[in-house]
Amino acid sequence: MGLTIEVSGISKRYGELAVLRECLFTFEANRTYALLGVNGAGKSTLLRLVALLETPDQGEIRYRQDGRPLQPELDLKRQITLVLPQIGVFNTTVFKNVAYGLKIRGVAKKEMKERVERLLELVGLLDKRDHQALTLSSGQVRRLGLARALVIEPQVLLLDEPTASLDPGNAAVIDAAIQELRERRAATIILATHDYTQAGELADRILVVERGQLREGGPGERGFAVSPPVPPAKPL
Amino acid sequence: MDLLFNIPLHELLGIIGLSLRVSCTALVIATCLALPAAALLALKRFPGRDAILHILNTFMGLPPVVVGLVVYLLLSRRGLLGFLALLYTPGAMIVAQTILAFPIVASLAHSAIVSVDPVVKQAALTLGANPRQLAFTIIKEARYGILSGVIAGLGRVTAEVGAILIVGGNIAGYTRVMTTTIALETDKGNFELAVVLGAVLLSLSLLVNLALIYFQRAGQPLRGAL
Repeated sequence: MGLTIEVSGISKRYGELAVLRECLFTFEANRTYALLGVNGAGKSTLLRLVALLETPDQGEIRYRQDGRPLQPELDLKRQITLVLPQIGVFNTTVFKNVAYGLKIRGVAKKEMKERVERLLELVGLLDKRDHQALTLSSGQVRRLGLARALVIEPQVLLLDEPTASLDPGNAAVIDAAIQELRERRAATIILATHDYTQAGELADRILVVERGQLREGGPGERGFAVSPPVPPAKPL
Repeated sequence: MDLLFNIPLHELLGIIGLSLRVSCTALVIATCLALPAAALLALKRFPGRDAILHILNTFMGLPPVVVGLVVYLLLSRRGLLGFLALLYTPGAMIVAQTILAFPIVASLAHSAIVSVDPVVKQAALTLGANPRQLAFTIIKEARYGILSGVIAGLGRVTAEVGAILIVGGNIAGYTRVMTTTIALETDKGNFELAVVLGAVLLSLSLLVNLALIYFQRAGQPLRGAL
């Protein structure tokens, strides 16, 4: 079951640069949200704060499970996972990379094998399970990163541009895996993306991060989810 | 009795065996001490850390005779550790070689640990690693670099002569090792034995270097292909 995340007036600066300014929003449990915004708008910072990798300068983020507040300790951290655009691949096999999160949680070997293989199949990497992960292509590495996050069955899944710069084939595999999780309503998903189409297809609600603030992406939940118009080509 | 270059074969094998035993024991002790030190220096911030790193880097080039002299003074009858009665024993040689290997293993292991890609550390954190698991993951990622350091330390101690000559005394059948035998036999004009032992040492160095190349390559499999 996903968590409810209450973002309550958070601000974050790096030196002189105010990246987030008094953001206020409640992410409801088991819903999927897309964060849209230009580069540097603060999407990644918001995800890092929600993932408890950093702390806000002002305000706070509260987590609730069935209305019960949770403390930001290791147990809570382990219910949240963030998939970054740069997947840090461990110098070992694909299987061991995906199994990492389960191993540090002390999951039994038999269960670990079943869960890892199920996820590798979902992202189309089962035939690569014994390959060295550092030999994978960049698209396969992104799929590995998603499998590694999904295998721990997080209650909050944060995805920072999961398909940026990927070919359509790899992007489709990743989108399908996110869609599968969304349909099961098993986690609260927040997806930062520049892809309007992806946001419209995967998210229940779309938010825009603009000048450090968070706002709804339009009156209808899907109303914003259209590709921006392509400007006409200039005559030569 | 089998003789090789006027030395009984069992004595020759004893010299080679003692060389390996002393160097390997020293290396194991140095590694056991250097690894936690390297991890602490690489993963924690504390006052004096930079100064310790500078000292470690400087001590990588410690002259063996100076180490021999210091260990001699410490272990001699009137020295601070004279009560251990270790002087002119293989134990004293192990102490000297441990001191020589420690800064090399620690410094190279430290470099390997701090060179681990920050993205990998971030990945471990996002997957829920606690501080201990994070440290273990980083050290594991640095394993090939650490092994390179251990092998470089082995190369240093097996080739070393000054320190063990001073603290071991080159006693036949007790503290005589390959390097001290080469020095002695060259003085005596017995070049054949010196050359044979030199060839054994060179072969060992070659093996050490091959292992070093293997581990350095294994640390970066096809990174450039991505």
